[in-house]
Amino acid sequence: MLSIRNLQASVNDEPILKGIDLEVNAGEVHAIMGPNGSGKSTLANVLAGRENYTVTGGEVIYQGKDLLALAPEDRAREGVFLAFQYPVEIPGVSNIYLLKAALNAIRKHRGEPELDAIDFLELVKGKIALVEMREELLYRSVNEGFSGGEKKRNEILQMAVLEPRLAILDETDSGLDIDALQAVASGVNALRSQERAIILVTHYQRLLNYIEPDHVHVLAEGRIMKSGDKGLAHELERQGYGWITQPAAGTSP
Amino acid sequence: MATADQKIDALIKRDYQAGFVTELEADAVPAGLDEGTIRVISAKKNEPAFMLAWRLRAYRHWLTMTTPQWAHVHYPPIDYQDIVYYSAPKSGKDGPTSLDEVDPKLLETYEKLGIPLKEQEMLAGVAVDAVFDSVSVATTFKEKLGELGIVFCSFSEAVREHPALVEQYLGSVVPHTDNFYAALNSAVFSDGSFVYVPKGVRCPMELSTYFRINASNTGQFERTLIIAEEGAYVSYLEGCTAPMRDENQLHAAVVELVALKDAQIKYSTVQNWYPGDEEGRGGIYNFVTKRGACRGANAKISWTQVETGSAITWKYPSVILEADNSVGEFYSVALTNNRQQADTGTKMVHIGSNTRSTIISKGISAGRGQNTYRGLVKILKGAENARNYTQCDSLLMGDQCGAHTFPYIEVKNPTAKVEHEATTSKISEDQLFYLIQRGLSAEDAVSMIVNGFCKAVFKELPMEFAVEAQKLLGISLEGAVG
Repeated sequence: MLSIRNLQASVNDEPILKGIDLEVNAGEVHAIMGPNGSGKSTLANVLAGRENYTVTGGEVIYQGKDLLALAPEDRAREGVFLAFQYPVEIPGVSNIYLLKAALNAIRKHRGEPELDAIDFLELVKGKIALVEMREELLYRSVNEGFSGGEKKRNEILQMAVLEPRLAILDETDSGLDIDALQAVASGVNALRSQERAIILVTHYQRLLNYIEPDHVHVLAEGRIMKSGDKGLAHELERQGYGWITQPAAGTSP
Repeated sequence: MATADQKIDALIKRDYQAGFVTELEADAVPAGLDEGTIRVISAKKNEPAFMLAWRLRAYRHWLTMTTPQWAHVHYPPIDYQDIVYYSAPKSGKDGPTSLDEVDPKLLETYEKLGIPLKEQEMLAGVAVDAVFDSVSVATTFKEKLGELGIVFCSFSEAVREHPALVEQYLGSVVPHTDNFYAALNSAVFSDGSFVYVPKGVRCPMELSTYFRINASNTGQFERTLIIAEEGAYVSYLEGCTAPMRDENQLHAAVVELVALKDAQIKYSTVQNWYPGDEEGRGGIYNFVTKRGACRGANAKISWTQVETGSAITWKYPSVILEADNSVGEFYSVALTNNRQQADTGTKMVHIGSNTRSTIISKGISAGRGQNTYRGLVKILKGAENARNYTQCDSLLMGDQCGAHTFPYIEVKNPTAKVEHEATTSKISEDQLFYLIQRGLSAEDAVSMIVNGFCKAVFKELPMEFAVEAQKLLGISLEGAVG
């Protein structure tokens, strides 16, 4: 589904990604871990097409298409979803209005008819249970006055409604208490499917106790230093990142 | 942020969608202004003697006045002798009595604007008193309103048919001496709307007038007077667009509202006059005096405006809270793009006890637009327990525009409670990217953010107007709304 080959990118002329290679197949969950500043969030943002992230080399093929050639809104419409590390507030725009506008933009792109208000509400009410979110939040302005946990649940709700092919969750676990973490994780688990790939970007192994990854990659200094199965995450939990990022001193961390 | 600015910049460059000129023979008096001009206008309209005398008094006073300079707007001096003060489309001498008699070209113009009269008659339940240049060409639903005793007609007709009401109330809220433009208007006003709602009557439909400026170089001097008797209610909608023109066009309207005991007047405006090209050439100058008086206890006057057009807007819809427990409200969205300048706000003058006022102002500046909120909250000595709440929010798009806030607060009574909140923000790249990542186009994302910013005002608009206002904002900023 997603092939990243020798991807290089810089922010403000500073190289951050220095040659990423990654293969993600439909149905898989990949965890991308790494120390702060390793380029994890940059990778997520480059895939989503954020400005100010300049691709300087390599290629990304998504469902047979050159992902990097697509405008960010077209990537979204083609099924790439980014759950934001810091979801933004949009005053005066109700949550449900955004959800409906987004879903209909995507449906239109696929040549499907737009959903009317009644069908849409039914759909959303089914999805909201997945993330244990209060229905009242649907009618509030997007993320305005939401707690940290509510914002992250809202991201997963959007993901549930938009049903992406490729979901990238950028530090979705950061700042969450254990209840919110469980709710978010169960939402994500409910969305695991054979048609969908999920990339979890995270600093901590904690999230992986709830969402079990098929593959774990360690990103450091703009490169994937090590890949493995979920055992690698446990290894990192015990030993930290030092033994990977500083191979010379790796024998005695 | 630079890239987000560039993107917004690209989005807001759009052409005026209502720019066209209808070829109609105009029955115009030559340019220039003296007492003779005023006598001609008055004679053409078959006005009673009191009206001519009032015009002449205003004209003589106007001669003693000078152009106000305090507003935060800049433009070359206006040559008042180079303006045509009267023009009427030629559609038969006595004016049409039904739509069938209206010049088909005129109807076509309205259809281009998306306001076909025939459809409006049947659909929205809106009675339309359409003003094309300076004379009303069609008035609908008149009979139905007449059964309730409601008068809704052109100002000229009111002068002829209801001279006593006009004489009693005209200039009672905005005297002819009030300011330079109001004095000019009082001298030369051409036409406008008149509404009278009798005691205890709730007007069953929104009353609506579409203004449109057409003939070249014709100053438009609309005069509107709305009177709500004791316990009456009326909601009035005013919407405007204008065709593209090279020379600046002056528009100096006066609107007076009178609400007696327990009466309520809701006045909503969507204004989309030609703002000029990207360099500001050819746009409308909109210098308007709008004021309402709460003359009886518990009276309420609400102004809601969405201002997206004009090269220069100078406008302060105000409420004089004369009676106890009366309420004044002002909800405003003002958008300036390219080289547009807006100096707008309100005056709330608290005279009676327990008077309350609310001011919500949303200014959006894009391109090189300059947007100024200027507001006065005045609590007089006798106004016990008066309250005011003011909120002024500014949204900046790009880095070449400006937002300015000049709140004036004068409190002469220690029991008053006056609150003022103000914010200034920018559309952030984070907000844009968030919406785009959810599948929205950049245009729709900007539109959604701006409409969200204006929500507190839009919810005060009547339903059909709220939709139009959102559309307008979309058109004014990027050409299309999803």
